[in-house]
Amino acid sequence: MAGRTLYDKLFDAHVVRTESDGTALLYIDRHLVHEVTSPQAFEGLKLAGRQPWRKASMIAVPDHNTPTTPGFKTILDPVSRTQVDTLDANAREQGLVYFPVGDIRRGIVHVIGPEQGATLPGMTVVCGDSHTSTHGAFAALAFGIGTSEVEHVMATQCLPQKRSRSLLVRCDGRLPTGVTAKDLVLAIIGKIGTAGGTGYAMEFGGEAVRSLSMEGRMTLCNMAIEAGARAGMVAYDEVTEAYVKGRPFAPKTTEQWDAATKYWRTLKSDDDATFDHTVVIDASALTPYVTWGTSPEMVVPVEGRVPDPDREKDSVKREGIARALAYMGLTPNTPVSEIKIDKVFIGSCTNSRIEDLRAAAAVVKGRRRADNVKLAMVVPGSGLVKAQAEQEGLDKIFLAAGFEWREPGCSMCLAMNDDRLEPGERCASTSNRNFEGRQGAGGRTHLVSPAMAAAAGIAGHFVDVRRLG
Amino acid sequence: MEKFTVHTGLVVPLDRANVDTDAIIPKQFLKSIKRTGYGPNCFDEWRYLDVGQPGMDNSKRPLNREFVLNQPRYRDASVLLARQNFGCGSSREHAPWALLQNGFRVVIAPSFGDIFYNNSLNNGLLVIRLPEVAVDQLFHDCAAFVGFRLTVDLDLQEVRTTDDRWIAKFDIDPSRRERLLNGWDDISLTLNHRDAIGAFEARHFAAQPWLA
Repeated sequence: MAGRTLYDKLFDAHVVRTESDGTALLYIDRHLVHEVTSPQAFEGLKLAGRQPWRKASMIAVPDHNTPTTPGFKTILDPVSRTQVDTLDANAREQGLVYFPVGDIRRGIVHVIGPEQGATLPGMTVVCGDSHTSTHGAFAALAFGIGTSEVEHVMATQCLPQKRSRSLLVRCDGRLPTGVTAKDLVLAIIGKIGTAGGTGYAMEFGGEAVRSLSMEGRMTLCNMAIEAGARAGMVAYDEVTEAYVKGRPFAPKTTEQWDAATKYWRTLKSDDDATFDHTVVIDASALTPYVTWGTSPEMVVPVEGRVPDPDREKDSVKREGIARALAYMGLTPNTPVSEIKIDKVFIGSCTNSRIEDLRAAAAVVKGRRRADNVKLAMVVPGSGLVKAQAEQEGLDKIFLAAGFEWREPGCSMCLAMNDDRLEPGERCASTSNRNFEGRQGAGGRTHLVSPAMAAAAGIAGHFVDVRRLG
Repeated sequence: MEKFTVHTGLVVPLDRANVDTDAIIPKQFLKSIKRTGYGPNCFDEWRYLDVGQPGMDNSKRPLNREFVLNQPRYRDASVLLARQNFGCGSSREHAPWALLQNGFRVVIAPSFGDIFYNNSLNNGLLVIRLPEVAVDQLFHDCAAFVGFRLTVDLDLQEVRTTDDRWIAKFDIDPSRRERLLNGWDDISLTLNHRDAIGAFEARHFAAQPWLA
């Protein structure tokens, strides 16, 4: 029998039945729920007189709308509050595992799943959120779904799915010092484009990926969707095992742990597995990256310049570049290091874990935010990340540097709460999307790693963090 | 789900690549807990000159006359013609809800974001992938002929001009097509296999007891 990819193994292990056209009914192990994409699903379930198939598979948490104001007690925006209250009521009514406002375990859904051990290797994981791909870092099949599908999973524990094609992104060599998983994934998206992974399940492999921490692997898989792939994944290894062990929802007894790890160790692509497509990246040649436009594929090395539309032959692309430059308020050929910023956002499901905060703190330690930077905010991914960072004294380092230390949540990644850019403001952001208006109507987003965002906050403009000294 | 069989309608061209779901329906409108009311805020940041907020009277807001959807010749368009990677980004199902509630029944593009594609079909918004050359041709025809209309026939899996002089076939999964043609409820279809799901679950948890 021909070798199977990790994706094949995960998919095959969850097929309940297959229709004649190849559509499989896929069993879902873990269903993560947040306040924005679930109210209509809970309502639909109720209107149809249905009950959740398996409540124990569900974990709910409010994250998108919650304020990050230090010590906040209530949500002032009545519309946001209604949405969070609705999740409170639904979670209570159904008796779900729930981390409400005030619970230290609350945080961004894609941070708390792994943190609690609710995301385990070999699982199928879904959530009404495109960045569910994050959980693939654990050799899980994880992908974002819409609200109709949220209701479908609630009611049936299954989803009708067509098998995706398989794409291997092999990252050879090791990332140079100061170059992170964020730079790697931006380089990948720059190479294959935002539609490069459409229709594919994307596996990240190679030496550079093997040597990443789980935090780094999550950053990588998180942005698979920005390359068009609904699911990103990384094979299981001892790094995965060490991270999962002892987490609240991880297997508890020695007998179960041994049985689980025996199975989990098979969760990698076979040596003779064939992929529909392979992309090779030389990780050792990469530098820090900065996006300049309004799509994550619009990215250049920090030492580069923003492009000149006149040099683009394809007319759709040329107009796209010109439109993006106009929106971003940038002149063709400007060196990236000359772009001044107004705000810094360190956070989001891409880069708000302890390792990210440590990297940013290491850069700002003993320095001060530049005068032209109006606001630099650090938003931990969860209450537990926040507590850990405070234990390590990172909060004091940020505060001393003039950076704000906030409560956990999605915050300015998508600006559904009060954290946002004003029209024309320019931000160095560790989030995942630089779309028009993403961080606030008229706001201008440049995606970077936590260390690079911190460095920009200190210098007042983009700078290669390795040259900051 | 609403049935889809045949639809004929006016075509509006949205000539830009990588239109993301944040652009289709901005985040501030996602705070609603309802399924309806998104139509007037479809493409909000391009459509109006001010910044939209939930609860505004949209009929009183200043329109961006340059934006194609606001041009009189495209009023009442129900077929949206788009470029590659339409609907990329966020999984928000509010995007197809907004398009449908703005009067669209069909979107034609060379490619779509995967999640948006599924969400659209789950709501009876027919998303059709056509080759880039065909889409180019349609953009050209749209510009050249005022009142350019297309007929979309899901049963025959074809898009054609109303004079039948131009026909393009499209692909769609047979099971999807059948569900759309009949307007079947997806959840009921899956629950027809409730015994198979139960049996799978028993095997699955026996093999991986730490999941149970």
